[in-house]
Amino acid sequence: MGMTVVEKILARAAGVPAVRALDIVEPRVDLAMSHENAALVINQFNEIHQGTGREPKPWDPDRIAVIFDHRVPAEGPKTATNQKLIRGFVARHGIAKFHDIRGDLGGICHQILPERGYVRPGFVVVGTDSHTTSHGALGCFAFGIGATEMASVWTLGVALNIEVPPTIKVVVSGRFQEHVGPKDLILHLIGRLTAQGANFRVLEFHGDTIAAMSTSGRLTICNMSVEAGATGGLVPADAETERYLRQEAGVTGPLAPVRPDADAVYERVVEVDVSRLEPQIACPHTVDNVKPIGEVAGKAVQQIVIGSCTNGRLDDLEIAAGILRGKQVAPGTRMLVFPASGRIYSQALEAGYLQEFMRAGAVVMNSGCGPCLGIHQGALGDEEVALATTNRNFKGRMGNPKSEVYLCSSAVAAASAITGVITDPRAGGR
Amino acid sequence: MGKVVLKLGKDISTDDIYPGRFMATVLPTETPQFCFHDRTEFNAQLKAGAIPAGSVVVADENFGCGSSREQAVSTIRGHELVIVARSIARIFLQNAINLGLSLVICPTIEAEVGDELELASGKVRNRTSGREFDAVPLPPARQAIVDAGGLIPYTRKKLLELPARS
Ligand code: SF4
Repeated sequence: MGMTVVEKILARAAGVPAVRALDIVEPRVDLAMSHENAALVINQFNEIHQGTGREPKPWDPDRIAVIFDHRVPAEGPKTATNQKLIRGFVARHGIAKFHDIRGDLGGICHQILPERGYVRPGFVVVGTDSHTTSHGALGCFAFGIGATEMASVWTLGVALNIEVPPTIKVVVSGRFQEHVGPKDLILHLIGRLTAQGANFRVLEFHGDTIAAMSTSGRLTICNMSVEAGATGGLVPADAETERYLRQEAGVTGPLAPVRPDADAVYERVVEVDVSRLEPQIACPHTVDNVKPIGEVAGKAVQQIVIGSCTNGRLDDLEIAAGILRGKQVAPGTRMLVFPASGRIYSQALEAGYLQEFMRAGAVVMNSGCGPCLGIHQGALGDEEVALATTNRNFKGRMGNPKSEVYLCSSAVAAASAITGVITDPRAGGR
Repeated sequence: MGKVVLKLGKDISTDDIYPGRFMATVLPTETPQFCFHDRTEFNAQLKAGAIPAGSVVVADENFGCGSSREQAVSTIRGHELVIVARSIARIFLQNAINLGLSLVICPTIEAEVGDELELASGKVRNRTSGREFDAVPLPPARQAIVDAGGLIPYTRKKLLELPARS
């Protein structure tokens, strides 16, 4: 019997010829990523070593990445002190894949890993962040873990007692309409599967729409796979993966793409035709409360956010800048733009997109998570409504439990910034 | 187990359990103050020490969905609450096992605030309504960590089995 991509990756990483869904394996880890929560990982890591007589040294500093993104620059003394503690640890152990608060090397962890070539096809990637699923876009198995589990990985270099997840095959066909894209696809799919429809499963994406999709779009759909509960999202590596890694991430040396066997066993197959898909909106307060834009158009919004690990990449900024060209952000609405990384910030600066945003009245912020998780930069007032290209709209997510968050693509966000109400970006749409 | 002190719906996110704006606080000794922070009344009762250890939070499906923040587990554990949920999201479940939070997956559980629950031989008994509900045993991979007393002792044991690194 054949294997799915995740089964092949886990078999190889566990050093066994074959695995099946629900087998228990202990795969070695190729990359272990943390952000500011490395402060807690360090605490747990030291605790594991306590009383053992062993020195608390990570198993392989080259396979650890630490990226500051959630609260940059620090919003208060507690975060700043945690960041200082992490800097000390990283320096002490020679962790080179460290991205501090910088305009050149900084950015959101889920953007830094792909753009720096830290993730490759076939890898097992763990991250102390639920959106670690993003990296499945490069044909690897990437999943979120907690801080204590990360401390265990830092100690042993393997993920302990991992159950091989069953795979759901998602076959996507058709061409998107103008101003409809990967974000609308994944919102639609989450609405269909529900917030728990893929719990403990991997979503493996196939079909001509995926084949034609850029790595940026694939990162968007794998990023949000976790919103259907999935352990991982995965696009089997192909020519586009190789193009991205060589041309954009500067990866040299051999790549080892993993394709599923023709007779791989899938738990089920879900088919999506995107050719008539409308822009999709996730309404408060769950990500699976998804509606076609026609049902929510006209809703007044006070804050527009373009950014995050889901939609803060160059193509998102390009689309938004194109829609805003020659237009203004509506009075009574504020628009915040967060390029996902310093590199993207520079590229958008050179391409003139940032100038376009500022001229239109938007505020361009430093790269990082921004208001996505409600800690700083762009909290909402009571009863205010935000429309954001981020990935979660849980109550209180943007810092105020008395506010509402709607989720959308960058095209919808930009079109809505002009009108101050949720607006269909398609020509003639409303 | 004890009395049900909070009854929750489905898809309760880690933002609900431990809002993101308190994430700069990480240590298990400090996280309990923010437990269900925005459920103001419940949080006030917790902080006042009015909720005894062993009290039960009953939840519908997909409890703990969302972020991987471990604070969402340590904050509940700090108050020694027991979670009885119809189902639990993956990362939360794994974190709970790793940190030794008491939880029971019980797909058909029905209970109201004030009901007394007890766990006996794979079943949750609602002593108030007199009804019984099957609990789902943990998969063996996860049970092994629970049996070791959590992931820290489990990993420590594995570490000691490795040859010492120079
Ligand atoms: S942008 Fe938002 S979802 Fe993405 S890593 Fe940052 S906080 Fe998490």
